[in-house]
Amino acid sequence: MLEIKDLVVRYGGISAVKGISLEIAEGETVALIGANGAGKSSMLHAVSGLIKTASGKITFDRHDITGIGADRIVSLGLVQVPEGRQIFTRLSVDENLRMGAYVNRDKADIERNRARVLDLFPILKERAKQSAGTLSGGEQQMLAIGRALMSSPKMLLLDEPSMGLSPIMTEEVFGVLRGLKDQGITVFVIEQNAYDALELADRAYIMETGTITLEGKSSDLIRDERVKAAYLGGDI
Amino acid sequence: MNKTYRITDCSLFRLIVFVIVPLIILIRCAMQPTSYITGIVITMGIYIVLAASLNLINGFSGMFSMGHAAFMAIGAYIAAFFTLAPQVKENMTPGLPAWLINLQIPLAPALLIGGAAAALVALIVGFPVVRTKGHYLSVVTLALIVVVRAVIDNQGDITHGSRGLTGLPAKSTILSVYIAVVVTLFVLYRITHSDYGRGLIAMRDDPVAAQTLGINLVKKKISCFAISAFFAGIGGGLWGHYLTTISASNFYFSKSFDIVEMSIIGGMFSLSGSIPGAMFYTIVPEFLAPLESGFNLGGIRLPTMFGLSNIIMAVLLIVLIIFRGQGIMGTSEIILDTWFSKDTYLAPFRKEEYQRLAGVFRKKSS
Repeated sequence: MLEIKDLVVRYGGISAVKGISLEIAEGETVALIGANGAGKSSMLHAVSGLIKTASGKITFDRHDITGIGADRIVSLGLVQVPEGRQIFTRLSVDENLRMGAYVNRDKADIERNRARVLDLFPILKERAKQSAGTLSGGEQQMLAIGRALMSSPKMLLLDEPSMGLSPIMTEEVFGVLRGLKDQGITVFVIEQNAYDALELADRAYIMETGTITLEGKSSDLIRDERVKAAYLGGDI
Repeated sequence: MNKTYRITDCSLFRLIVFVIVPLIILIRCAMQPTSYITGIVITMGIYIVLAASLNLINGFSGMFSMGHAAFMAIGAYIAAFFTLAPQVKENMTPGLPAWLINLQIPLAPALLIGGAAAALVALIVGFPVVRTKGHYLSVVTLALIVVVRAVIDNQGDITHGSRGLTGLPAKSTILSVYIAVVVTLFVLYRITHSDYGRGLIAMRDDPVAAQTLGINLVKKKISCFAISAFFAGIGGGLWGHYLTTISASNFYFSKSFDIVEMSIIGGMFSLSGSIPGAMFYTIVPEFLAPLESGFNLGGIRLPTMFGLSNIIMAVLLIVLIIFRGQGIMGTSEIILDTWFSKDTYLAPFRKEEYQRLAGVFRKKSS
């Protein structure tokens, strides 16, 4: 479904992403794990068109999406849930969800999606009229995911969904992602929280300073000595 | 209900304060078209159009434009080309094409053409302008004013140069200006309450998140710039037909700063803010102006001080920014919500509105 080939991202003279290639099939859940500054977010932003790529090719659903602009990428069904729960704090929860359906013009479709999202996140239903800034961190992350789902995406890109959340909230957010996976949505998640990400994903890539150093099935990686040492903190 | 019922929640009260009282004032002014007060009220209406259109761009889209005077100038000149008498144009603006010289149309279509011309210019200059951000964007829009003035001053055949155009028909009356006010506010109100408008607010609050929702920032910024310029052009046209004599110096930096100031005073995140902003900016100086010719302060006769009212206005603006940075209205749209809601006009026919109103007053007195 998503294919990245030799992707390079540069900020001035510094390469953040140094020619990585990866592939995600339809219905798969894939994680990209790496420490701070490994280039994970740069890669993701390049995929969703928020920053320019220096070279390489990105294909989504048989469309070449390299450098076509973020809005068209969203219309094709590839939607990013931005890092740090970037919701519109001054709008209400409901308005935030409606913003998610921005590219969708079909009223009935929007209502259907809204019902589905509120079903998935009952807490958002309770707070529909509340200003989004008053939600807790976990609830804001749920809202950000719910908002992304409003455009009926074929694939979701999640940028550090556990960032800044308590362990309990992290558990809850990953529970939600498991639910999405069960519904057959293709999910690509970027995480520093390696353990939870590997638990969730079918496959994973490990990224270090701009290149992919390791890839494989999550169940294999979670037992891999190198991964254990670097990301999982010894024996688990 | 656990929320306390406030008097501003009462439709009947809002109808009286925001519709009936202003309407009475406007009708009285319309009956005395040459009075001094009428002139102030007309100016106020034109400023409302200008401040509201500036709020769309400065408050809602997150770009801070200071180039309103440029679009006003374009609107005023283009509209004037269509309303001036043919014999006047033959003398002042012989460079215009013959069909335009012989054409004289009513104010309304002329204003629309002027607005469209301003919007067209905004579309063209929009591409380089929206590549800049923050203060840089403001500076670029200031540069636009200089460019427009240079063009007007140097295209003597078409614009009569720095001598300006004279003899514009005095068609900016209470009626025409306030029709423009209501139409402008209605259109802008609908825009800010549409998907398009929510997209603007999203872009202002968080450009990255807005992009991940599929909002094309460039398209959004340029179109917003053009819409704002359209109404600035209409405001400029009205201003020209109020002054009846225009030159590029009427549309220079100070005019832009005036509009920016009243937009900030009223509250640039609210379209309703344009109304108190324009009122403040037209009424307060009227009270300050007499002070400039000197006054008695505790037995001491102060001398004539030109510019005193400007200094006081500046101090008031600073005080306002310190104590109420969001402007008078903040983000409230109470005035426009009242104007454009059916509820307001049905309120006199509902009994419970009177009971509520009476209830509020009873609570006050007890």
